[in-house]
Amino acid sequence: MHMADALLSPAVGGAMWVVAGGGITYCAGKIRDDMADSRIPLMGVLAAFVFAAQMINFTIPGTGSSGHLGGGLLLAIILGPHAGFLAMASVLTVQALFFADGGLLALGCNIFNLGFIPCFVVYPYIYQLIIGQTPSRKKMTTAIIVSAVIALQIGALGVVTETVFSGVSSLPFNSFVLLMQPIHLAIGLVEGMVTAGVVSFIVKADPSIILAADRRDDQQQSETSIGKKILLPLLAVAVITAGIFSWFASSNPDGLEWSIYKVTGSEEVEAPEQGIHHSLEKLQEKTALLPDYGFKNDEAAVVPGPENGSGSTVAIGTSVAGLLGGALVLLLMVLLGFILKIKRHSRTE
Amino acid sequence: MAKIESTFFDIGYLDTLSYQQSPIHRLDPRAKLIVTLVFVVAVVSFDRYEISGLLGFFLFPVVMVSLGDLPLGYLLKKLLLVAPFAVFIGIFNPILDRQVMIVMGPLAISGGWVSFISILLRFGLTVTAALILIATSSFAGVCLALERLKVPRSFAVQLLFLYRYLFVLIAETRRLLRARTLRSFDGRGLGIKVVGSLIGHLLLRTLNRGRRIYLAMLCRGFDGEIHTMRRLKMTGWDFIFMFGWILFFIVIRNHNLPQLIGNLLTGVF
Repeated sequence: MHMADALLSPAVGGAMWVVAGGGITYCAGKIRDDMADSRIPLMGVLAAFVFAAQMINFTIPGTGSSGHLGGGLLLAIILGPHAGFLAMASVLTVQALFFADGGLLALGCNIFNLGFIPCFVVYPYIYQLIIGQTPSRKKMTTAIIVSAVIALQIGALGVVTETVFSGVSSLPFNSFVLLMQPIHLAIGLVEGMVTAGVVSFIVKADPSIILAADRRDDQQQSETSIGKKILLPLLAVAVITAGIFSWFASSNPDGLEWSIYKVTGSEEVEAPEQGIHHSLEKLQEKTALLPDYGFKNDEAAVVPGPENGSGSTVAIGTSVAGLLGGALVLLLMVLLGFILKIKRHSRTE
Repeated sequence: MAKIESTFFDIGYLDTLSYQQSPIHRLDPRAKLIVTLVFVVAVVSFDRYEISGLLGFFLFPVVMVSLGDLPLGYLLKKLLLVAPFAVFIGIFNPILDRQVMIVMGPLAISGGWVSFISILLRFGLTVTAALILIATSSFAGVCLALERLKVPRSFAVQLLFLYRYLFVLIAETRRLLRARTLRSFDGRGLGIKVVGSLIGHLLLRTLNRGRRIYLAMLCRGFDGEIHTMRRLKMTGWDFIFMFGWILFFIVIRNHNLPQLIGNLLTGVF
């Protein structure tokens, strides 16, 4: 499941961008050093393939619903973790741009959840561990199914953690986890079975593809561990910064507003004494009965101010002001849109 | 994920849109990319209960859509198609957060509904921003911009490759699916077993195609870069566009525009 911009705070989104960007830079450097450019077109084709393969829906036995392929694990198996990660990142970029799956800020999160985890956590530590030194068909199938399930579980946990850290949704961590994990258990099983089906078909039809990947991995084995040494600290740094940022973001402004309220009796921070804002506020102070905010009453429970006494009129008045202003702004924008459009057309004709 | 026909249509359609001529299309993709990113960050940086402050941000999509000659109906339809996830997570807010926040006569609105509406607004703004970016700058333009902004070259080149093959592969998948549908009765053969080998076949063909293309490219002197005729140059307009919008975003991020106007109005009347 794709993370969405609307549920994300800038701190979390930014931190995940740092991680995804670091991962991409590192892998791109690795690809450049290792085998020159020969695999870049192949990666492009395979990324496009994942895209196309996602469009092949199939019915899931027992239920009426249908599923499709995720692709991260398959790419890691065929291309190896580095190239697989890059290919998956590009798939997610295209999805974010063309299909609005997720969004631009959430792209970092999605690359991490659906690209980094299958390629750099599950592939080396679970897939290769199960397959071991002597691969067999049976081992391979088990390895793929187990890996797919675990990859999706961690990925779903990532979505939950990122959402909860962002604090836009009210869902508490526990119930969100209970909501997400079972669904993704089912999705993971299906994804694992399809991936296993594809890989076993490939092993039958043209084993050289997978074998080549295995051999390459043996060569890279020592180097991937270096990769982990670099990527894991990067991840740790990002998690820490995100934690600090979101703590600041969630507690500080509110606390600040609260203290301002205490001091001045108004929650509103005065605009700098200049230009139109100042004169508007002057005008507003003179004429309006209700110089307060309508909506942003986050800490209504903490601040017992406008609720009692003449408070109810205040609340009504400000929300009317907010609604009226909002409606007017929207109206102006629709008008502006029409005017711009008409102007443009009259010029082109 | 959308159905294959509509996916194909979407990519093709957005691609066509991006080759129009308009003042927005002529701007440097780097300027548009940066403005879009600042826009998204500014939108999501609001407090979870913010509604009125977000409304000012609609100016950006409105101007871009009307000056860039983009079809509004189509964008709205796309918005509805991808809405379920945000709605699915957001709908828990009204259930979990019942603190009354706004009182309008007999009507009391809880914080949960306020934040739910806020999530929907954010969703609408960020999603349209991404679609507008691609519909006004073309995918190749965005890739070029990424490369110039120091995204690793192999990643940018690889994105371009992905885009080029996408159309071919989607057409091929369509043929595969049509063949499968024609041969299946009572829903037989649509299960996981067949899909494994179906995707496997697609993969084999893809790999062969990839090899062929790579060899052909080597013959034509491919050196790891894609050279385009298009030259990127930031002109004065690009800078005005970029800094103008960024300034605007900063101002309306810090000052609640609709609230000010509303106060002014309720004050006057």
